[in-house]
Amino acid sequence: MHSVITVLGKDKTGIISTVSRVIAAHKANILDISQTTMQKTFVMMMMIDVEENNYKSLREDLQNEAKELQMTINTYHEDVYNAMHRI
Amino acid sequence: MHFTPFEIEETRRMFQEQHLDVRTVTVGISLYDCVSHSLSVFIDRVYEKMQRVAGNIRACAQEIESLYGIPIINTRVSLTPLALVSAGACTSVEDLCLLGERVDEAAQAIGIDFVGGFSALLHKDMTDHDTLFVESIPQVLTRSTCLCSSLSLAHSSSGINVDAVYATADLILKASKAGPLGPARFVGFANVPDDNPFMAGAFHGVGEGESAVHVGVSGPGAVLATVREYPDAPLHILADKIKRTAFKITRLGQLVADEAARRLGINAGIVDLSLAPTPVVGDSVARILESIGVSVCGAPGTTMALSLLNTAIKKGGMMASTNVGGLSGSFLPVSEDEGMAEAVAKGVLTLQKLEALTSVCSVGLDMIAVPGDISVGTLAGIIGDEMAIGVVNHKTTAIRIVPAKDKKVGDWVHLGGLLGEAPVIDVTNFPETKLFSRGGRVPPPITAFRN
Repeated sequence: MHSVITVLGKDKTGIISTVSRVIAAHKANILDISQTTMQKTFVMMMMIDVEENNYKSLREDLQNEAKELQMTINTYHEDVYNAMHRI
Repeated sequence: MHFTPFEIEETRRMFQEQHLDVRTVTVGISLYDCVSHSLSVFIDRVYEKMQRVAGNIRACAQEIESLYGIPIINTRVSLTPLALVSAGACTSVEDLCLLGERVDEAAQAIGIDFVGGFSALLHKDMTDHDTLFVESIPQVLTRSTCLCSSLSLAHSSSGINVDAVYATADLILKASKAGPLGPARFVGFANVPDDNPFMAGAFHGVGEGESAVHVGVSGPGAVLATVREYPDAPLHILADKIKRTAFKITRLGQLVADEAARRLGINAGIVDLSLAPTPVVGDSVARILESIGVSVCGAPGTTMALSLLNTAIKKGGMMASTNVGGLSGSFLPVSEDEGMAEAVAKGVLTLQKLEALTSVCSVGLDMIAVPGDISVGTLAGIIGDEMAIGVVNHKTTAIRIVPAKDKKVGDWVHLGGLLGEAPVIDVTNFPETKLFSRGGRVPPPITAFRN
């Protein structure tokens, strides 16, 4: 399954490497990534491919990392975006 | 990236700031194969079938929540109207109470929030068993916690069963003696839908199949955010914006319906497009109407604003769903909507205005607290008026009225949870008239005869 991960917060070093490490640890593959900073706010979007069985623990670990990084990480299934934004 | 930052942010805001959720996943179950002349056999068959068909519904909803990140607030079961299948097994009020208790126990064992279907179809006339069934409802409501009851009282093809209307007023008053939560789990209908996933009126209708998964969406918060985003837009432009939001909300409902059906191994039923408010601030239909431009919900212009909202919701939702059904419109449950409750407290939203609003919304007089000393005749009159609006306009209308024991106009009734709280609304008791002692039926409108 595909999932979209968004990361928002104050820019600092090591955000992408930390998030990528969690993703790799759950055997998920990054399909697409875009990142920018807007007025010192770091904004990253990532599309990943992950086994459904690993998805719940991946989300939990990402939330734990979000607390460590003091950033907001949201994870939604690709189907949610397809349902809402594509006909 | 396949999706734009705007789309991703819009989705995040809908879930995290605008209370977007799926209100209910409801599994409809046919009980035709449970019929028996033995009470114990019948009750055991109903219990077993509920467990077999819907036993996994809670786990399934939790899996979908986890997978998609979409909150699912309630899981429910709707049954074949029990009056249709209980005549052989239940020959006394006590038998029917035992049936109600066992269904309630089955629901609690499954872990669902509500079970609907302690229901009878009386819109033309009543069988002897129907009479017994209606008599049992106050006790059944008192002796259960999550079982919901409903009666079909009127239909555009058959008119209004006035005797059933009067009996309904009587049973609501009897049920209210034990507190407000009994009447809150009872609803009387005109043109009742067969596939409604919302309580208290859900049942698995006579034309339905073995089982089906229905989904009721929510989303007043998301619609409110849309309306606030366009404070100066002309109304037809605003309607178009609401349509687009309704489309997105309903597509989520369809996604959940399809996935729930696949996981439970039963047919996907309908998606009910209704805007269902909750008592949470920011999840109110009244606040949408006020943001459209009405000064206070209930003030002149409210009916027009509601008609715009209701039409836009339907148009946006219709295209988003494979099968639309249930009530599909905008709910006006006073106690469940903090804006409505406040408007009643201010004296702006009156019973008369609520009745007018029901001519353009999807449901009817919903979760309205009335004084506990309301007379049977007055309550029957309120119900009869609401039925007439539904019958003549070929639409569903309903009543869910809560007589509040020992409370007077302006006192607040606290129901708790999704049922919320509301002030007792002003109702004038008029002397009993001949209207209901005449009995009989109000014939259907001429538009019923289309053959």
